[in-house]
Amino acid sequence: MLKIHREICGYCGACVSVCPEGALELIDAYLTVDLKCKDCSICTRACPLGALEVVDEGQV
Amino acid sequence: MKDRYDLLIIGGGPGGAIAAKTAACKGLSVCLVEKRPAIGVPVRCAEGIGKDILQQFIEPDERWISAEIDRAILVSPDGTSMVLEPQHAGNEVGYVLDRKIFDRELVWQAAAAGADIAVKTRAVAPIMENGKVSGATIESCGEVKNVRAEAVIAADGVESKFARWCGIDTTVPLREIMSCAQYLMTNLTIDPHATVFYFGNSIAPEGYLWVFPKGERSANVGIGITGRKSAPGKRAKDYLDAFVRSHFPDGRTIECIVGGVSVCRPLPCTVADGLLIVGDAARVVDPLTGGGIFNAMYTGQLAADVAAGAIAEGNTLKERLMPYDTTWRCAKLGKNLERNYKIKEFFIGLSDKKLNALAQSVSKINLKEFSTLVLVKELIKRNPGLILDLKALKDAIS
Ligand SMILES: Cc1cc2nc3c(=O)[nH]c(=O)nc-3n(C[C@H](O)[C@H](O)[C@H](O)COP(=O)(O)OP(=O)(O)OC[C@H]3O[C@@H](n4cnc5c(N)ncnc54)[C@H](O)[C@@H]3O)c2cc1C
Repeated sequence: MLKIHREICGYCGACVSVCPEGALELIDAYLTVDLKCKDCSICTRACPLGALEVVDEGQV
Repeated sequence: MKDRYDLLIIGGGPGGAIAAKTAACKGLSVCLVEKRPAIGVPVRCAEGIGKDILQQFIEPDERWISAEIDRAILVSPDGTSMVLEPQHAGNEVGYVLDRKIFDRELVWQAAAAGADIAVKTRAVAPIMENGKVSGATIESCGEVKNVRAEAVIAADGVESKFARWCGIDTTVPLREIMSCAQYLMTNLTIDPHATVFYFGNSIAPEGYLWVFPKGERSANVGIGITGRKSAPGKRAKDYLDAFVRSHFPDGRTIECIVGGVSVCRPLPCTVADGLLIVGDAARVVDPLTGGGIFNAMYTGQLAADVAAGAIAEGNTLKERLMPYDTTWRCAKLGKNLERNYKIKEFFIGLSDKKLNALAQSVSKINLKEFSTLVLVKELIKRNPGLILDLKALKDAIS
């Protein structure tokens, strides 16, 4: 599943624009991910800071 | 905020602000909602804009101009630099703005014209009636309410979720999102009137690094790389840090900015029943330069114009809003977007070696006769080894 490293996230929305599922949303400075996420990891690439990571369920 | 307006605008960037002002000046009841608590911050921009195009919308004011630019310098991977002087550089010569103030000024002008403004107020869903967008569900400080409108303008920037909720796919392909990082730096030794662009696969793969002056000793130092080149340890911030270490070791960073810029083609259609999409949300950023301030203002104004006419006639269905889409596509803006998309695709395919060869021959050409086509013809003459690459470019732009 997608893990958001909030201490790294710069809440810029680059990830939101590339998500094919529309699963990401920025509520001002708070990035959220919903159940539509398919762990495709495209957003983890677009992030300029490396705040997103797809991890195994157990690692969260 | 009322329950009903003629026009509802989602997003308080330059696109939304100009749309709100334009519509209010035409006597429409307008509401602009912005989810952030303040207009203009955090800045997500290098703040460069051409003088002539800016003046189409607003009288330049020193309160929001950080620097005046009279030349651009392009630096190739091997360090060859090419200077573009005003008469050749076209709209690359202009201002570096202070968007914290600039964006506010635009929204203030919209408010002065009569538009309602709501900050910390987010559109969370469209109101759909018989397939037509008829307003939006709005959340403001925890309170949720429905706001109806004859038409909605989606000016919600790179995220572009509103149009997506209305059923339009706004996804940017990974290879066409520029993943960007920028520092506002001070204590720099720079030319305060020149913008500098650095190219090369080890500096900024498939993108460029920029130094845009913000004063005598300060500048926006930033970088954009494509999403597909971005990876752990090789992200925009990693490249930027490496550049800053080698070029500005004594610089001090007073602001860290991140963002995404789309360099794809525009959405195939920027209207739907009751909906117009403008600015970054419509993917109308210049794919070659990454500039989108002017394009957002231009499309914002045009969308409000068309919406006003449609609302006066009591018909805001797609067909009646179509002139917005066809007008910007047929205008210089739409043509430039298509041409610059092709030029961008050409440059992305070039190796550092080819970039160096081109830069070296350009620096020998007398740039007084500068026009893109003349330049390309000249380059073909001087670079027989690159004839195939350059022929593709010539076809793209002629
Ligand atoms: C690093 C970087 C450098 C850039 N450099 C330049 C440059 O030098 N020159 C140039 O011309 N352009 C540049 N750009 C592009 C430029 O910043 C944009 O093109 C421009 O801001 C687009 O204006 P807009 O009004 O379409 O969107 P934005 O300015 O992004 O405004 C959209 C607004 O909508 C709000 N919003 C989003 N969703 C909702 C919602 N659901 N409800 C309410 N509000 C919402 C957002 O909070 C935001 O304030 C750069 C961009 C980046 C990231």
